[in-house]
Amino acid sequence: MSSVLCPEIPAAGFSFENCRRNALLENKGLTVPKATKTGTTIVGITFKDGVILGADTRATEDTTVADKNCEKIHYLAPNMYCCGAGTAADTEMTTQMISSQLELHRLYTNRIARVATANQMLKQYLFRYQGYIGAALILGGVDVEGPHLYQIYPHGSSDHLPYITMGSGSLAAMSVFESGWRQDLEEEAGIKLVRDAIAAGVFNDLGSGSNIDVCIIRKGAADYKRTYDEANKKGIRQASYRYPRGTTRILSSKVVDVEEVCVQRIEPERMDTA
Amino acid sequence: MASICSGYAAMDGNDWRNAAHSTGTSIMAAEFDGGVIIGADSRTTTGAYIANRVADKLTKITDHIYCCRSGSAADTQAIADIVSYHLNFHGMELGEEPLVEVGAAIFRELCYNYRDSLMAGILVAGWDKRKGGQIYSIPIGGMCVRQSVSIGGSGSSYVYGYVDANYKPNMTKEECVKFVSNSLALAMSRDGSSGGIIRLGIITEEGVERRVILGNELPKFYEN
Repeated sequence: MSSVLCPEIPAAGFSFENCRRNALLENKGLTVPKATKTGTTIVGITFKDGVILGADTRATEDTTVADKNCEKIHYLAPNMYCCGAGTAADTEMTTQMISSQLELHRLYTNRIARVATANQMLKQYLFRYQGYIGAALILGGVDVEGPHLYQIYPHGSSDHLPYITMGSGSLAAMSVFESGWRQDLEEEAGIKLVRDAIAAGVFNDLGSGSNIDVCIIRKGAADYKRTYDEANKKGIRQASYRYPRGTTRILSSKVVDVEEVCVQRIEPERMDTA
Repeated sequence: MASICSGYAAMDGNDWRNAAHSTGTSIMAAEFDGGVIIGADSRTTTGAYIANRVADKLTKITDHIYCCRSGSAADTQAIADIVSYHLNFHGMELGEEPLVEVGAAIFRELCYNYRDSLMAGILVAGWDKRKGGQIYSIPIGGMCVRQSVSIGGSGSSYVYGYVDANYKPNMTKEECVKFVSNSLALAMSRDGSSGGIIRLGIITEEGVERRVILGNELPKFYEN
């Protein structure tokens, strides 16, 4: 039988025993706590010799800004990075998990992992959880086949495209790409386009804000530029607003003597219980 | 999850995260003299937003078998990947190209067994030595039926009449290309959740020839 030395191993898998209770409480008017979802602008483009990823740095909890400078471009492999939108915890854990599997895969095959491999691993993982893992991802990297960019949805579908935007600011960012993206863009022009796309999200979408992170992946090297730009810098105070001593004129003054107060400590006595 | 013809109606609010990534689609396949032609529009939608305007809904299974996908993008991509694995493995054990009807049977098996959790309407088309060009239609419940011409997706309801009136057995390749691209252009112009460009695949004994008809090159019809 179960004891401290030999504990009974609990049944594996999820427990759904509280589902009915929670549904009942919700019907009676209980507000259920929600996970932190990042209202986000994330983007990615391919340029002449690689891919560029971009992201804003605002994390929101409902209408509150939970983190003003969070990281949304996640490391996957030396030649691959991944932008995440959706539930913050899910994007973080999903990318960490796949990153670990990719490293083992690289060691096992003794080759640089392909972007298509990472895409397949991510989409199969997300499909297994039928959309309950709320991770919307932009996967970018360079491998033997050249630069690649994938868009992966929480339900597990993926698209292979030359330029991608995702998150609540995706519409603003896409308008920048649709007018400015060209085949074989130079690196400098590419970075500027990504910066402008994120800035469009930061300025036009309430769920996006703060700084702009950029990550450039070329063949053989990745260049992660954390806080590449502050889209809307907080204004700097131009003058001192401190008033000099004596600005307020003293009209009258009265000095009152404070009485001396004596503090006396009374030791507690034992209660008579006789 | 949003339905195939989710278009604009199924959006409750505009939360891009909760809307399933869905292919409100126009797809079709037609037999001709020497093979089959498959075709699709290129629009995938997330609620009312076009998530991809140049999508490829014609997915390779083996060298001579392709499928046209409609319904949930996630479900159909997952099914196509699994069928591709099984059919290529079967081809290696067999030592020759797998039959189209075997491919369709694997699709049907998955679509029927998981009919309660899947949203997938698939056309399987290809060429094999035994029966030449073939098309198998597998609609949402997991039925499988061979047809010489087949249409699918939300846009198909607009062009049943056109297809019935204009399909003729044993057309030439170019006649059939014209027929398929006309049907798709008509479907795309009437269905709000279909559009973009037309992607075609011509499957014959030689393999697959892919073609694209750009938005400004689409066949034009009465537009008032």
